[in-house]
Amino acid sequence: MTEFFQSLGMSYEWAWGVATLAGILLIALPLMLAVAMIIYVDRKVWAAINLRRGPNVVGPFGLLQSFADGLKVFLQETIIPSAANKGIFLLAPIITFTVALAAWAVVPFSAEMVLADINVGLLYILAISSLSVYGVVMSGWASNSKYPFFSAMRAAAQMISYEVSIGFILICVVLWAGTFNLNEIVLAQKGHGFGIVNGYFFNLLLFPMWVVFFISSLAETQRVPFDLTEAESELVAGYQTEYSSMSFALFWLGEYANILLMCILNAILFFGGWLPPVEWEPLYMVPGIVWLLLKTFLFFFLFSWVMATVPRYRYDQLMRLGWKVFLPLSLVFVVLISGYLMYTGHFA
Amino acid sequence: MIQTFAFYLFAVLVIASGVMTITARNPVHSVLWLILAFFNSAGLMVLVGAEFIAMLLVIVYVGAVAVLFLFVVMMLDIDFAELRAGFMKNFPLGIAIALVLFAEVWLGIGAYRAGALELGTPDGSGAPLLGESNIESLGALLYGKYLFLFEAAGIILLVAMIGAIVLTHRPTKSARGHQDIGKQVSRRPEDATVMTQPEVGKGVEL
Repeated sequence: MTEFFQSLGMSYEWAWGVATLAGILLIALPLMLAVAMIIYVDRKVWAAINLRRGPNVVGPFGLLQSFADGLKVFLQETIIPSAANKGIFLLAPIITFTVALAAWAVVPFSAEMVLADINVGLLYILAISSLSVYGVVMSGWASNSKYPFFSAMRAAAQMISYEVSIGFILICVVLWAGTFNLNEIVLAQKGHGFGIVNGYFFNLLLFPMWVVFFISSLAETQRVPFDLTEAESELVAGYQTEYSSMSFALFWLGEYANILLMCILNAILFFGGWLPPVEWEPLYMVPGIVWLLLKTFLFFFLFSWVMATVPRYRYDQLMRLGWKVFLPLSLVFVVLISGYLMYTGHFA
Repeated sequence: MIQTFAFYLFAVLVIASGVMTITARNPVHSVLWLILAFFNSAGLMVLVGAEFIAMLLVIVYVGAVAVLFLFVVMMLDIDFAELRAGFMKNFPLGIAIALVLFAEVWLGIGAYRAGALELGTPDGSGAPLLGESNIESLGALLYGKYLFLFEAAGIILLVAMIGAIVLTHRPTKSARGHQDIGKQVSRRPEDATVMTQPEVGKGVEL
């Protein structure tokens, strides 16, 4: 894109700046639209599984429901509790939202459609997702109220616990792909299953890791069954209890942007990203971004499905699953996979 | 131009947030400023082309260490007025430490001016490899030339970890319910319930 702006007669610096800005807008705006729509999808899927109708009043099939909610929230008054730590209270939702958007910079939507094609792409995503805990912790503390604080403590412990096993799972993928660059990880999956199936899930050693990754991504985004931070029977509404209006909406948007990010990571790391599901020439006629989005929405459907069917975990069960089951399991698989790769001479 | 601007932006923010870390009255604000300092130093690392170190800085320091730090500071009820009460008493000690640190920095800069140490080996294998990514050159160095030192560092960390666990682990003596999930899952209705059809007036023997 930089070349295009240079051809309009700009100097390199200006062209680069404008191109990057355009790229950011091209990712962030459709992402916000996608977030609005998947909130609607989430509610519809949940309603369908519960044999309800779900949102069906605003717009055709209730499609505009999220926008109506957004407008309502926008017109509300921002209430800051008098005992709250004002600066941090207002900073927390902004951080949550910013961090949720920042991770999308390295996501490859197709071979060329990536804002920052950096060598340490996967590490960048890990780094950014480890930042997302700050929004929650800061909001919980700054609210100066019991339940948000409990919720923030839970969230911090939960996210750190599951990040450890996610790190090991990512190491497994990186070992196989031999790179941290997300685009190259996608390319490494080309024809992985007998030269036919594109994706690491078609692999006896990596499939269990995908299952663990999927469950960990539910825990990392605090979705049901791991939504202990928002357990309404114990904690009112969790860390967002004291928030209203746009500051609440920013949490909401950030949360769903993170969920979409986890879905897209599932697709990129284990299901071949923007490659078609099977290696068949005509399938490459379809643009890569279509495949990627189809896979992402499939995973989002899985997320909603889980939300509608699974009861909430107890907190000690959550910690047990993270530290006593997933961590040893993923460690064993790191050893197994690196041993297998050494044995078969993958690195030679 | 943009590099210079970015450098001064990050550098000023690192120093400013470092100062704020020390001067902030609220310990939680202090930790948050510290996190900002970490984050901006990661930006500086990116500027010198050490993107791997930058990411590690964010993942390890900002993502794990500082979170635990914040966790503890938020939960502890630290009375900072009391902590500051000893300010005048500890002032000379603080000055002495500051002088030592200043002398070290001064010595370091002087030594650098006099001609920095050649850290690379004569064949140049210690120098950054051009055209190779950070991770690859670091990996080649750590798992090649410095393999034994690296492994030794790993073993020291492992020993420290086991030591910490042993020191803090207390076997629970209470007979309070220990949940065995395997046992719960394998439990069948037949094990837990009995179907009887007692005659009227006889009752059930349990």
